[in-house]
Amino acid sequence: MKKKYYLKCTGKYLFRMITLLIAVSVISFVLVSLSPVDPVQQYVGAVPNVSVEQRAKIAEYWGLNDPPVERFFAWAGSVLHGDFGVSLLYRRPVLDIIVEKFGASLALMMTAWIFSGVLGFAIGCVMGLFNGRWLDKILKKVCFVMCSIPTFWIGIVFLMVFSVMLGWFPFGMSVPKGVPADEVTILQRIHHLVLPALTLSFLSFANVALHTREKLVDVLESDYVLFAKARGESKWSVLKRHGLRNILLPAVTMQFGSFSELFGGSVLAENIFSYPGLGAAVSAAGMYSDVPLLLGITLFSTLFVFVGNMLANIIYGIVDPQIREGCIK
Amino acid sequence: MNLNRRTKMIVFVGVIFAVLAAVYLAGLFISDDFIAADFSQKGLKPSWEHPFGTDMLGRDMLARTMKGLSVSIIVGTVASTVSAVIALIVGVAAASGVSWLDHFVNWMIDLVMGIPHTVLLILISFACGKGLKGVLIGVAITHWTGLARIIRSEVLQIRSQQYIEVSRKLGHSSRWITVHHILPHMVPQFLIGLILMFPHAIMHESSLTFLGFGLPPEQPAIGIILSESMQYLSAGMWWLAFFPGLMLVIIVLLFDRLGENLKKIMDPYSAHE
Repeated sequence: MKKKYYLKCTGKYLFRMITLLIAVSVISFVLVSLSPVDPVQQYVGAVPNVSVEQRAKIAEYWGLNDPPVERFFAWAGSVLHGDFGVSLLYRRPVLDIIVEKFGASLALMMTAWIFSGVLGFAIGCVMGLFNGRWLDKILKKVCFVMCSIPTFWIGIVFLMVFSVMLGWFPFGMSVPKGVPADEVTILQRIHHLVLPALTLSFLSFANVALHTREKLVDVLESDYVLFAKARGESKWSVLKRHGLRNILLPAVTMQFGSFSELFGGSVLAENIFSYPGLGAAVSAAGMYSDVPLLLGITLFSTLFVFVGNMLANIIYGIVDPQIREGCIK
Repeated sequence: MNLNRRTKMIVFVGVIFAVLAAVYLAGLFISDDFIAADFSQKGLKPSWEHPFGTDMLGRDMLARTMKGLSVSIIVGTVASTVSAVIALIVGVAAASGVSWLDHFVNWMIDLVMGIPHTVLLILISFACGKGLKGVLIGVAITHWTGLARIIRSEVLQIRSQQYIEVSRKLGHSSRWITVHHILPHMVPQFLIGLILMFPHAIMHESSLTFLGFGLPPEQPAIGIILSESMQYLSAGMWWLAFFPGLMLVIIVLLFDRLGENLKKIMDPYSAHE
């Protein structure tokens, strides 16, 4: 019975993932084809003396004269073979770039993710416990303000305060300048990671805290908590036995569901701190019309978000058997 | 004065609205002379004459910021209105009882939400060849998903009410019911959803501009101002980034409060809070 259930779920997820990826590749390909930017002009760039015949040859070689549908199938076919094309910007295979940059991005995103999750949850619990009192009111106001702060501005403010004025942290990049890659210590990497990660976690921190607060307030107003209090349980034990158990699950699910915002935020954070990750790469790809890279990263980031949502559903299913019945809603 | 909370809230909403309108008009009517380059005034720290300082071309940062906010507000208004209308149409269509339409809408929502928002915005902006058009279209066609979901579930709820059934038995067409019974119920949700979309629209507009995909560099926009300021950060010119960004935060916050308070006024259930 159980085995059958898991098999069915896996099948459903696979089907969803494949249809999603196909749809995203169609849509992003259409969007890219709509662009008025001339790819040949972008490729040739500032190089003078490129004759009309040479341009035509490049266009012919790239298949630019073929109808869009044909081009799409040519591209999709090679993607299925694991060939995402060659990046115009980096002059290297797109897949290599994605793999390499994703490592750097993952370190950044996961640090911010864990940081905002743990701290946001803790602050949310404090707010929930002190519901309606001054501490809660102040923290709530702070959270509301934090929700309205754009990631790129807070990044600039962090740079101004901690790098320029105080000099505590380096001015961007992921490793020190002028040091060979194999001599960079882990401490130096962490030193470079702190500010971008803080910037990125700012985005979801307040959301997590406010969400946790709502849930905890709901739980604390329930009858079973009233009964627990009547039995003489202390505030701490109520939180531990009744509060945390009920609010941890939605919090974890929400955290896994936030991969989309996390990736979006990393585009901004990485640009401000010149951090060499996927986020910086995707905006560079859009800026300099590097179509293969742009398409590759779009597909990859969609997969990343999908995996996050899938993990959220799976964890929910494992922890809460009631949900399991429905597989995916 | 002895005002009850509801009246207080209405006054509060009025004040916020007035402030936002004032910022918009101020930006609109500041003459371009104020942001003309003047090299005798370049790189000045904030003073009484230039409260936000001046940039490296000697332009007054206060005037530039106000103009930028004005642009942001207008872009936000147009984009969120379009987005809210899309959400209304899509939400009502999904709940119309046609099964394949509902599935299709849900699938579309999953699809739009499946691509990281910033990446999708970059793609759309790229498709439109960057510039103002790209931002407007991008922000307008990516923000409807949340509101569409809310409207869909609201319409479904109303459709299951008895008076709708009665109306149907009385021989009214589905279209008549939608126009006369369902759409009027959607007005509060629509307005609140529209206003709460503003903060996101404005933030996404300025982030996109900051990344270089949005408004052109000659336009006074907050994103442009902030990305320019990046060059002078290490020189310690903090005022170039600090004040314009702070003003943006304040505008976003005001829109957010406006929406939340309107929600409380319109929704009788949350009036007790």
